[in-house]
Amino acid sequence: MASILVYAELSQGKVASTSLELMTKARELGDVYAVALGTGAKAAAAVLGKHGAKVVHVSEDGAFDDYIAEPATDALAALYQQQKPDLILFGFTSDSREVAGRLAARLDAGLISNASDVSASGGGFVAKVPYFGGSKIASMKANAKPAIVLVRPKSFEASESGGAAQVKQLDVAVAAESRRAHITERVVEASEKVKLEEARIVISGGRGMGGPQNFPLLDELASALGGAVGASRAVVDAGWVPYSMQVGQTGKSVRPGVYIAVGISGAMQHTVGMKTSKVIIAINKDAEAPIMKMADLGVVGDALKIVPALTAAVKAKKHG
Amino acid sequence: MKIVVTVKQVPDPNSTLTLEADNTISREKEVVLDPGDECGVEEGLQLKEAHGGEVVLVSMGPERARDAIRKGLSMGADRGVLISDAELAGADALLTAKVLAAAIKKEQPDLVICATESYDGSTGMVPPMLAELLGLPQLTFAKKVEVDGSTVKVHRQTADGYQVVEAVTPALITVTAAIAEPRYASLKGIMAARSKEIKQVSVADLGVDKGAPAETIEGVVDAEVRKAGEVIEDDGHAVEKIVQVLAAAKVL
Repeated sequence: MASILVYAELSQGKVASTSLELMTKARELGDVYAVALGTGAKAAAAVLGKHGAKVVHVSEDGAFDDYIAEPATDALAALYQQQKPDLILFGFTSDSREVAGRLAARLDAGLISNASDVSASGGGFVAKVPYFGGSKIASMKANAKPAIVLVRPKSFEASESGGAAQVKQLDVAVAAESRRAHITERVVEASEKVKLEEARIVISGGRGMGGPQNFPLLDELASALGGAVGASRAVVDAGWVPYSMQVGQTGKSVRPGVYIAVGISGAMQHTVGMKTSKVIIAINKDAEAPIMKMADLGVVGDALKIVPALTAAVKAKKHG
Repeated sequence: MKIVVTVKQVPDPNSTLTLEADNTISREKEVVLDPGDECGVEEGLQLKEAHGGEVVLVSMGPERARDAIRKGLSMGADRGVLISDAELAGADALLTAKVLAAAIKKEQPDLVICATESYDGSTGMVPPMLAELLGLPQLTFAKKVEVDGSTVKVHRQTADGYQVVEAVTPALITVTAAIAEPRYASLKGIMAARSKEIKQVSVADLGVDKGAPAETIEGVVDAEVRKAGEVIEDDGHAVEKIVQVLAAAKVL
């Protein structure tokens, strides 16, 4: 049976939901073990066990929290030499890809990123990778060993298997030469009211909003509906709104009940992060925009007029 | 301070992509210097202006990627290195990182600046690979960079704010589009760029072993397409229609 190592990403001492999605998938592919590094690793091991990890290798060394990528790469490389897993799974997130990239270079491994699925095939692994505007899906076979695959968040539903993991202390001393890119301070700028990834309704704005001064219109609609506000890469790059609001390939992946795209043309970079939403509503002045071809309801018109009117109608209906 | 900025020529983000018969993205379209790399070049130039030194652009690509380097030179970079070799067609991230690392090593830079990710691939795998191969710490997602002697300090963008990250040079940093507004090339800059050196090197010059491909494409299928729903013109009743859809989805 294939052996699969899942890199459990910890964020503020908690396992990232993406890592639990990976665990759930990995159970189908072989014997699963996981590695959790940094503050909260031991508590994380229990959660990972419930999701199917037979063994969780842990270390609570603070160096994993405070230095970018290198300590984790050292730990994973050492674990690889001991265990020789056939497949190492990472979430396609900004933190995980930094570790995965270094590890692939160190091990001279095959690496497939931005995958939406992974399966066993002919003694190896094949990953599905969306490309070309998400309109094509390539099946990529990893030839080199180990195979390292980075999977997009929300590609699978996480579910518990009811197991319990054996917790093994990882004997890795983080070398001084790996303590280099030092996180000396953490600054929180924005606290989200409703988390974008968890919201039942997401309202995202793009260039068609005309400017940052109009984003409060989306905030008002979101608060009337109990949803969260997202944005396209174009407006994040333009500095209208912070990166934390970006939905898309290099931003967040969302899968809400309803996604309302306002003034967003629907470039692949964006749609790959929202196209599995249950219902998509697009408001755009361009009837030919790609988003219109995937929306359940496309409204051609002026977003700056429609959004406030919609907010008023939602409020009226809620209070009526 | 010697600064290397990695640059890439990409299909113009404002043009529509097309596919070749072998399912690779056509490179025959309009091509430009990656907009993310323009920000990297700008940051390199600002650091040079503040601390002195040299900005060297390193690119891997076909012969015509020379134009992307030239664009950066016209913004003010000092010289370029183009790794161009038919052997590299279809190179994956790790091979790309290997050849870039081999070329950058010869330069012995204090700082390597990369965009967080390219506009066409958007996977961001090359910078951490490059940092590993060069043996450098990586300071990533920088929206602000400060250099003080041999210390480099960045503000690293996170989901809810930023982190302050410090390292001693030499180091590799990746920058977001928020780092700096790229300058326009002046006429003087464009003229000056014509006489700046762009050195072309091959895989053999760099002594990189291409090896067997670590991944192969087994097949390509059309993605499941979401069926287009109803498209309506807003004639004053669009809001009612949206409310109906929200109610049907049970979110209202």
